[in-house]
Amino acid sequence: MDQTLPDTHSLLEIEGLTVGFADARGVLLAADQIHLNIDKNQTLGLLGESGCGKSVTLRSILGIVPYPGEVIAGRILWEGRDLLTLPRRTMEQVRGKEISMIFQDPTSCLNPVFTIEDQITETLKIKLNMHARDAHQRAVELLDHVGIPSPAQRLGLYPHQLSGGMRQRIMIAIAIASQPKLLLADEPTTALDVTIQDQILNLLASLRKETGMAMILVSHDVGVVAQNCDAVAVMYAGRIMEYGKASSVMRSPRHPYTRGLLAAVPTLEQAGERQPLTSIPGQPPNLADLPPGCPFQPRCPFVREACTNIPVVLDRRFPEHGSACPFVD
Amino acid sequence: MAIDPDHPVLKVDNIYKYYGGKSTLIDRIQRKPKPRLVALDGISLTLSRNEVLGLVGESGSGKTTTARCIVRLEVPDRGSITFGDRDVLAADTETLRHIRRDMQMIYQDPYSSLNPRMTVRSAISEPALIHGLVEKEGAEDLVRELLERVGLPYTVANLRPRALSGGQRQRVAIARALALKPSVIIADEAVSALDVSIQAQILNLFGELIRDLRLGMIFIAHQLSVIAQLSDRVAIMYLGRIVESGPTADVFTRPRHPYTGALLEAHPHLSGEKKQAPALKGEIPSPYAIPKGCRFNIRCRFAEEKCFEIDPPPTEVSPGHYAWCHVLPDLHQS
Repeated sequence: MDQTLPDTHSLLEIEGLTVGFADARGVLLAADQIHLNIDKNQTLGLLGESGCGKSVTLRSILGIVPYPGEVIAGRILWEGRDLLTLPRRTMEQVRGKEISMIFQDPTSCLNPVFTIEDQITETLKIKLNMHARDAHQRAVELLDHVGIPSPAQRLGLYPHQLSGGMRQRIMIAIAIASQPKLLLADEPTTALDVTIQDQILNLLASLRKETGMAMILVSHDVGVVAQNCDAVAVMYAGRIMEYGKASSVMRSPRHPYTRGLLAAVPTLEQAGERQPLTSIPGQPPNLADLPPGCPFQPRCPFVREACTNIPVVLDRRFPEHGSACPFVD
Repeated sequence: MAIDPDHPVLKVDNIYKYYGGKSTLIDRIQRKPKPRLVALDGISLTLSRNEVLGLVGESGSGKTTTARCIVRLEVPDRGSITFGDRDVLAADTETLRHIRRDMQMIYQDPYSSLNPRMTVRSAISEPALIHGLVEKEGAEDLVRELLERVGLPYTVANLRPRALSGGQRQRVAIARALALKPSVIIADEAVSALDVSIQAQILNLFGELIRDLRLGMIFIAHQLSVIAQLSDRVAIMYLGRIVESGPTADVFTRPRHPYTGALLEAHPHLSGEKKQAPALKGEIPSPYAIPKGCRFNIRCRFAEEKCFEIDPPPTEVSPGHYAWCHVLPDLHQS
């Protein structure tokens, strides 16, 4: 059964992606039957709590799932080619050139013993075969582009001489150096203060506007996803529970988990009233010991008997907004 | 059960904390003064029983240093801290022990704040046994009662932290703090490491505890919405100073300091409205070189000439609501 949203001219199509982590006791499915679609210019948000499989899904696209994780099934179609079966050399031309990635913690992604210039020009020289002199010039432009003041002076600095926000700007500069068509952003602002988060998200938005670059944004922050994404997929225990236009999912969530998640977010509107939040009861799911049927069923306020015996499949009742819960609407 | 602001249980009066800056004789001969980091630059606050004071600010604003000074894990360079009728900074070892029993801290990371080799039972009962609040025989009842209080089944008493999830661990840390029947709890980013659905559970638990046990609480967080959820009063910190303080609803709907306004604007809203420009340019200045005049001046879009010369005094903009700003723009939030 086709679970994807209506297909126009997709840049990237993920079909039935399943990622397993093997340990002594068996195989855990960190991502299970993931179907996603992303078009040119689009921003897709992957929203969910720790361990829901959002980062693993993102990493699968570039073939960098950490050991002992492995893609077990599925296809990842990038402009018609399946990235999972590409030869390594070809994949290296896609990775970091056509598709780039930025991570949560810029401190651990930058090499502490090389200057900013070394790290930016490396990409330019390797991926774009640029000459050293041109690469230097381009690096200055890139730093300027991501809003770093006096870029020529900053090139000689080492990562530890920069603040967290500046380091994330450097990461973005490296990622956009090759003018990728798709940027994968894994919690890019989680480690940053709120005003710096605001600056970085604004920077990403203006870069997308300029270049038409698509983006997949992984975040646990509902507000960040609501404010920056066109479409959103809500994940729980390795499954997509709800998938649709961001405005529609945020305004009228269909799946009980999404509803619970949105209700659990404290807001500024009720400041000082101390009204209890509507929390989701119970504990986060344990991938090694998932309940039968719907993985959310033990915590679901609308649970019924049939829930132990249903597949997690997005319905097709509303073409732009699917939910994996057949009962609640 | 009302809050009595005239008889605060905790009073922090104008504390300063510096790191480094002590130059040796050789430094002085070479005329190379050691740089001095200003962590707290004159912090004053009060807390009443049954009241939650939210401290909010970005990294490096001094929230945690303030908390650590209050329980004397750090000794401020100047200023005074009074808890009840006791002087915290002048207290001898025995008095300090009592003060710390009455003021319990809960930390951000329940993975590192619990001893991995202790069972939940001993983590909760040990402080109470050491302080002589219960005898060995009574300890089991205490553990049972506290676990129920924080919403955990009694069966977890035999487990070690590794068997618990982050939310469950934070509940254990709360139970351990409550074991000493404190009158004040200092929660330093106590829900920041938790997932949203679990964070809501813990925030609700804090709400119940404050109501039922008449606790005073200093609640530190960098996330405005979390502060908004629990706090009666809020103090916004920036670079070692409080820049605005007052009743939470008042400060969050009618902020008068440009920094508070920027924080509120930068906070991502669920409505998903896209914004045109970032709320605030630049980054927090180095605490080694605090700007002259108002410390927010270089990032402030309202800054006038005198903001670069004179440190702004507090202005009471509405009852109990103070802002340290020369301009006091009206930043009413819709």
